[in-house]
Amino acid sequence: MTQETTMPLWKQDGAKPFIQIKNVTKKFGEFTAVDNVTLDIYENELFCLLGGSGSGKSTLLRILAGFEELTTGQVLIDGVDMANIEPWNRPINMMFQSYALFPHMSVAKNIAFGLKRDKVPKKEIDQRVAEMLTMMQIEQFADRKPDQLSGGQRQRVALARALIKRPKLLLLDEPLGALDKKLREETQFELVNIQDKLGVTFVVVTHDQEEAMTLASRIGVMGNGVITQVDEPRDVYEYPSSRFVAEFIGSINLFEGRVYEDEVEHVKIKSKEAGCNFYVNHGISCAPNQKVTVAIRPEKMKVSRKKPDQEFNCLHGQIIDIAYMGNLSIFRIKLESGAIVRVTLPNLVRENRNPLTWDDFVYLAWDYDSSVVLTS
Amino acid sequence: MTRNSKFLSISSLLGFIFLYAPIISLIIYSFNKSKLVTVWGGWSIKWYVELFNNQQIIDAALVSLNVAFITATLSVILGVLAGYVLSRMGRFPGKLIVSGWVSAPLIMPEVITGLSLLLLFVSLESLIGWPAGRGITTIIIAHTTFCMAYVAVIVQSRLAQMDDSLEEAAMDLGAKPHSLFFLITLPIISPAIISGWLLAFTMSLDDLVIASFVSGPGNSTLPMVIFSKIRLGVTPEVNALATIMILIVAIGVVSAMWQMRKKENAL
Repeated sequence: MTQETTMPLWKQDGAKPFIQIKNVTKKFGEFTAVDNVTLDIYENELFCLLGGSGSGKSTLLRILAGFEELTTGQVLIDGVDMANIEPWNRPINMMFQSYALFPHMSVAKNIAFGLKRDKVPKKEIDQRVAEMLTMMQIEQFADRKPDQLSGGQRQRVALARALIKRPKLLLLDEPLGALDKKLREETQFELVNIQDKLGVTFVVVTHDQEEAMTLASRIGVMGNGVITQVDEPRDVYEYPSSRFVAEFIGSINLFEGRVYEDEVEHVKIKSKEAGCNFYVNHGISCAPNQKVTVAIRPEKMKVSRKKPDQEFNCLHGQIIDIAYMGNLSIFRIKLESGAIVRVTLPNLVRENRNPLTWDDFVYLAWDYDSSVVLTS
Repeated sequence: MTRNSKFLSISSLLGFIFLYAPIISLIIYSFNKSKLVTVWGGWSIKWYVELFNNQQIIDAALVSLNVAFITATLSVILGVLAGYVLSRMGRFPGKLIVSGWVSAPLIMPEVITGLSLLLLFVSLESLIGWPAGRGITTIIIAHTTFCMAYVAVIVQSRLAQMDDSLEEAAMDLGAKPHSLFFLITLPIISPAIISGWLLAFTMSLDDLVIASFVSGPGNSTLPMVIFSKIRLGVTPEVNALATIMILIVAIGVVSAMWQMRKKENAL
């Protein structure tokens, strides 16, 4: 029973979603920015919308905030239809990519802005602003103007301003995009802590897959206005549902092939490109002799000079490129068919007596459960 | 590098001489003792004394300042509204007509603006009895017509530079459109509003052609009086008057620039 309570809401039957996006379409003239999207987001989630530029993720966020009118479809937040609710009346706040801090107001006034609009008594405003300044560790900047702050400090002010009204839902548009790499990593964990502490539902838009991986409870991968896959970060990475998702998240090797044996618990695939046959230990629903793509992550392959003792999932090629990255090395290996395979190996020892080097011929092999078959 | 900077300093020196030599000679000659404008007769401030005893010029100056002040204020109100609508309303039917109509006074020759407004005032008077006669009111209306166009253009370009998400953020935090305008948009475009006001003020103060068309008897503006005076020959009195005007304008421009720099630094 304890298992039941710790299970995330989206896995529980009959759990009520907090945000319901139903068949939402948004067109700008002839261009369809968001194409018939249906999505449920649950309370206390940290949901990441991940996609490239022009994928429609920002438009979807702006629809939630109320800045874009729907062409068709419906958005419900906490069971309430948002159709005729103006942005200033929604129980939502947003943190903008540019931070959009008001340049003519001090940090404290920026943060107090939302409470003042709600006619909260002055005493309470002062107290809540002070609490927020402390929580964000920006007390010493309270009287400064935004242009006197660094990027990281501005980001905190923007977050403080968006959280001060205690919204049920916080929308974040590329929240870490303007920070440098090191600060971004620190802030990622901080953002997760704040979300956890306040119990606010976060919807984050990002184009950075690493950011989505570390932040999200679930990721929705978007492309061309469509949500292609919604899953937990691990599942999006390990079990991509389509070629698009597989290629978008991390790097991956793809091989074209034809199914020649399709059983309930396995499939066998013949691939001219790879020069070998594949064995994948999960069944797929497909037509006999269907064209499919087999996907394998670079870190899931074993590299050896000796031919491994396995009939399936074994490639042979020559090393054409090596990139030493410190913690790992990336090898590019050319197969006989001309296809190039990318393999990463961890650098476990400092000095390798017999390292793999350019022009070496190697075998690449992997287990039956390491690759994924993609039919779309 | 040194050659280049020599070239730059020489050309800027020439530019300054070109711009300021006439003004400086005018200021010097305003202190001329001689009655003849072109003959130097020693230092004196007698033309300033005479100027302040000349009721016609004092009256005209008051009319001009009055007109310029009201014109600048009305132009800012109408120009800001027009600029705001044009840059924020998105596409609406007739937008092209409105934007053309706003910028028309910028390219219309002053003679035509003046003449058409005169015809309008005359026919309005015979139709509805307003404006009764021509005077300060008609000058203000005429000046506002072309000054607001300048304000609208300045405001529109400032609004175009402004980050849209500032207004969205204010809305998101609970600001309704009217409080959004007064709390966020207006303070952010205030440098443009100040410079628009000053531009309108100067242009109104400066205008001769349109005012000549639409003013009535007894309501001459300063440029009109000066112009009628120099037709009888330039007197040193006019030099004194010009010096005072240059002083006022210089103080106005410098203080406005100083204000704007302070504001811009604060932004």
